[in-house]
Amino acid sequence: MKVQISNTVRLTGAAAVAAALAFSGQAAAADTITLGSAISITGKYSQEGKNASDGYNFGVKRINEMGGVKINGKTYKLAIKYYDDESTPARTAQLLERIINQDGIKYILGPYGSGPTKAAAPVTEKYKIPMVEAEGASRSLFTQGYRYMFAALSTSDQYLSPVIELAAELAKKSGKNPSDMKIGMAFENDPFSLDVRQGVVDEAKKYGMKIVVDDKMPRDLSDISATLTKIKALRPDILAFSGHTKGATTATRQMKELGVNASIVAMTHCESAKLTSQFSAASEGILCPTQWAETLKYKDGVFGTAMDYNKAFLAAHKEYKIVPYQVAQASAVIEIWADALRRAQSLDTEKLRDALAATDMDTFYGHIKFSAAGNNIAKPMVLRQIQDGKYVVVAPTKYASEPVVYPRKAPM
Amino acid sequence: MTRKSLALHLILLAAGIAAPFLFPAHTIQFAVFWIFVLFSQTWDTMGGQMGYNSLGNVTFFGFGMYICAIVQIALVYNVGDYTAADGAIKVDFTDQQYYTGLALGVFLAAIGPVILAAILSWILLGLRGPYFAIGTLGVAIAAAELTSAWGWVGGGSGIAMPVFPGGPGMRERFFYGACMLAAVLCYLFLRWLYSTRFTLAINAIRDDEDKAEALGLHTTRYKTVAWCVSAFFLGIAGALFGNMTGFIEPLETAYPTLTFGIFMVAMTLLGGKGTLWGPIIGATLFYTVRELTWTYLLGWQYIALGVLIIVNVVYFQQGILGWLRARKPEWFGVRVETQPSKAVGKP
Amino acid sequence: MRVGAIASMWDNIQILVTAPVFNIQLWLNGLSIGAVFALAAYGLALVWGVTSVKNLAQGDFVMLGGYLGYELSRHGVHPIVAIVPVGALMFGYGWLIYKLIIRRVIQLDLFTSLLATFGLAITMQQVMNLVFGPDVRTLKSGFGRFDMFGGMVDITQIRVIAFGMCAVLAVAMVLFLRKSRMGQAIRATAQDPRAARVLGVNTDLVYALTFSINSAICGVAGVIIAMIWVIQPFYGIAYSVRAFVIVTAAGLGNFPAVIVTALGLGVIEQYAGFVLGAQFQQATVVSLLLIILIWRQLLLRRHRLALQ
Repeated sequence: MKVQISNTVRLTGAAAVAAALAFSGQAAAADTITLGSAISITGKYSQEGKNASDGYNFGVKRINEMGGVKINGKTYKLAIKYYDDESTPARTAQLLERIINQDGIKYILGPYGSGPTKAAAPVTEKYKIPMVEAEGASRSLFTQGYRYMFAALSTSDQYLSPVIELAAELAKKSGKNPSDMKIGMAFENDPFSLDVRQGVVDEAKKYGMKIVVDDKMPRDLSDISATLTKIKALRPDILAFSGHTKGATTATRQMKELGVNASIVAMTHCESAKLTSQFSAASEGILCPTQWAETLKYKDGVFGTAMDYNKAFLAAHKEYKIVPYQVAQASAVIEIWADALRRAQSLDTEKLRDALAATDMDTFYGHIKFSAAGNNIAKPMVLRQIQDGKYVVVAPTKYASEPVVYPRKAPM
Repeated sequence: MTRKSLALHLILLAAGIAAPFLFPAHTIQFAVFWIFVLFSQTWDTMGGQMGYNSLGNVTFFGFGMYICAIVQIALVYNVGDYTAADGAIKVDFTDQQYYTGLALGVFLAAIGPVILAAILSWILLGLRGPYFAIGTLGVAIAAAELTSAWGWVGGGSGIAMPVFPGGPGMRERFFYGACMLAAVLCYLFLRWLYSTRFTLAINAIRDDEDKAEALGLHTTRYKTVAWCVSAFFLGIAGALFGNMTGFIEPLETAYPTLTFGIFMVAMTLLGGKGTLWGPIIGATLFYTVRELTWTYLLGWQYIALGVLIIVNVVYFQQGILGWLRARKPEWFGVRVETQPSKAVGKP
Repeated sequence: MRVGAIASMWDNIQILVTAPVFNIQLWLNGLSIGAVFALAAYGLALVWGVTSVKNLAQGDFVMLGGYLGYELSRHGVHPIVAIVPVGALMFGYGWLIYKLIIRRVIQLDLFTSLLATFGLAITMQQVMNLVFGPDVRTLKSGFGRFDMFGGMVDITQIRVIAFGMCAVLAVAMVLFLRKSRMGQAIRATAQDPRAARVLGVNTDLVYALTFSINSAICGVAGVIIAMIWVIQPFYGIAYSVRAFVIVTAAGLGNFPAVIVTALGLGVIEQYAGFVLGAQFQQATVVSLLLIILIWRQLLLRRHRLALQ
């Protein structure tokens, strides 16, 4: 009895191993540099994962069109191998092990989200494989002394704290005391949003503002009506929400349904939630932090100006009405890799790591310069407000194209 | 056991030990495979042998994961401070601290879930059939939500695990070895268990619980023990998995009800529940298919998985082993008479 | 942190006590969403009671209905009007699924059927993800909002309409089951399939109809959800869980109990979200389930002991 069963197991095992062997051989073309990425193709961040992968692909396409990357006289085209991490950190870590060990890929593009990136970084660090990411903004990523992780984006604490600063400014201007302002907020229970929340809490403390509603969003981010009822009861002056794309959609819609408003309403991920096209009137006046805006005066030799990038991407992707910053920063990652490859003139990971660390370049996305901890210290977050269905930069003042509309009128 | 089957067991064991050296790039994949084998074996104890289909066994998996993580950190840091810093404190363990922490953590991760199982049995084991299944699913979901609301263990931000000291190659092999050891120990234990009267008792519970009770069987006791056995090994699996992953959080990593929780069931059904090797075969096949589809059918992997489950359940309920048993009963020690037997006693 | 948590819970309760008008808001929110839960739960109970199949894909049927409604609305059909074609389409879909899958698992052990529908659930989720995309969608109903008590309490008109539609549908279902021949056949099959078959009832047809009716009900619920809430391919599980909780708590044959439980669940969730915080909403639902299950169990045990 045992004999035959064992055979079956052995056969299955052998078949599995053979299959794995047959498929895992990575026949990389001699003139292609393959980048690897475990990203959220499915799962709760699937929308944002698509934004990021669209950005990566767009960047690779442009670089290849412009002739690829020349190293030691040889021209290389870029290519990306994707895996689906299902928006799950555990899966991200496993897949990166596979990408690095089995596929032999030596250049990593970051996953989407701070959770998955937090799981990815120890893996790339362990194998000394450089990773450039632009979708994991949590501060905690940059306190671990990772030498092989480089982030093009600004950290999460800077998302909503400028809103508090702006609120204090506006309060002072209208003769009110900033510390009289009350804050109501709801955050998703994940590393990124909690980091954003900490940024708000720290900034509020500076001005002595009181937080009267401090809720977490439910796991599926689909209903915050109980929180909004509380907000109606307590009437805070400032509302802050962060729950990725779904959180923004839910917050905007339910605020309208429940007739909730405040003089300042801010949330993250407005663009990827397509607030202006999905909600028009209900989204007026919302403040949206963004890592990038097409109206900013950045430019580079690959995409031109921010506006050029915007036009080109929209032309290539008819399903987008505006370009969320997640897309732009993903393309910037490809630019950073191409630039580092060119400067290092080598495929060696150590030389590339050093080249990446020394990055100091202008891109359509902003200036890129990494601190010793790996985060980009040369690009500010800007605050935009939805005015007449368009995103308009209102803060910091030197980048502003319009003044902020304050207080926010309740949409009808 | 016969000489032949002993030889085959040893061959399998050797193959298992050799695997990470023959295919070093796949080591972590293989390690997770052993975890899956553990999943299906422990599920079968409750579901296949005892008829209590639990959809919430991941509760013990996650519980063990968190206990181990907390123990590992608590040895050196104040846990509350560590999690509040949200990864800002970089864990700097000495080798000795790491290994002691890990050993103690795994040990407590095995004990903790057992206690939890005992408590949950008292609450849930009075439920029958689908209600038990839904109740356990509820417990697992609640565990995830409550953990993510608890700041001391990091809440939704999770816990960054201490990094394994020692070079990259060594780490994979270490965890592979640990997972394989856990799975093999589980197998040996269950193998012994299934040959005792204990299993006769839980099979009786599966076949007809009321009759078993009427015959004087202390069903509650047996049910609790069975669940505690599952919890023990699942806790260990959780502890190891958490350390392999490097970063744990409650909703997707520690208490993955809709993925691992259901995989446990699917694998066992695939291989044939209520048998010793059925879960193992099921886990092997399932894991292989999953890894292949996740790589080569990107975007379609859940469809493939769903179809596999449907086909298995609709057309193939006995699972592979059950199917084999029907086709080739001789392999299972059942003698098939080809001659009509002489009538014994005239009508 | 613990002290702070209790303090804020107390603060939240204080709000409800000092400004009772907000209780009305919570009730309105809860009842309107509870009405949709009631539809999903009722369909689940129907299928469960008649065929013994526990449809873990219930929530995904709801989502599919929502997406069909969304597609129709993109072609200019108003969502409320779309309910009829969506109901019909989902009926057909339910029929197809019955013939392909459900028919074969009906006679099997109860848990196996649960797993079959689970396989169906994950397949449906992924197919919807591929076909409709991962974006969260919502339908504009074009209706306004009722502002009451000086803006303290608001309810969108569509929610009121949705509540009404759910009520109408529920009444229609009850009448169908009680008055029509097929309804009788369904009830007979639910009581005893073999006896029904002996008496000439085509049980296979009954099963198919039941499952398809459930699918249609879910489809309608889905369109309503798309209007008052959001749809997304992976959101179905929330409805499946709640439907199961309601059916388990209310019992299978008891239609009024299902309705009341569903409405109650909607309201309790709102209160839990308000007092404890939204992150505890699902945990509350689940804890309630456990409490009810255990209480039932204690009752049963006492009953059994009494018999001895």
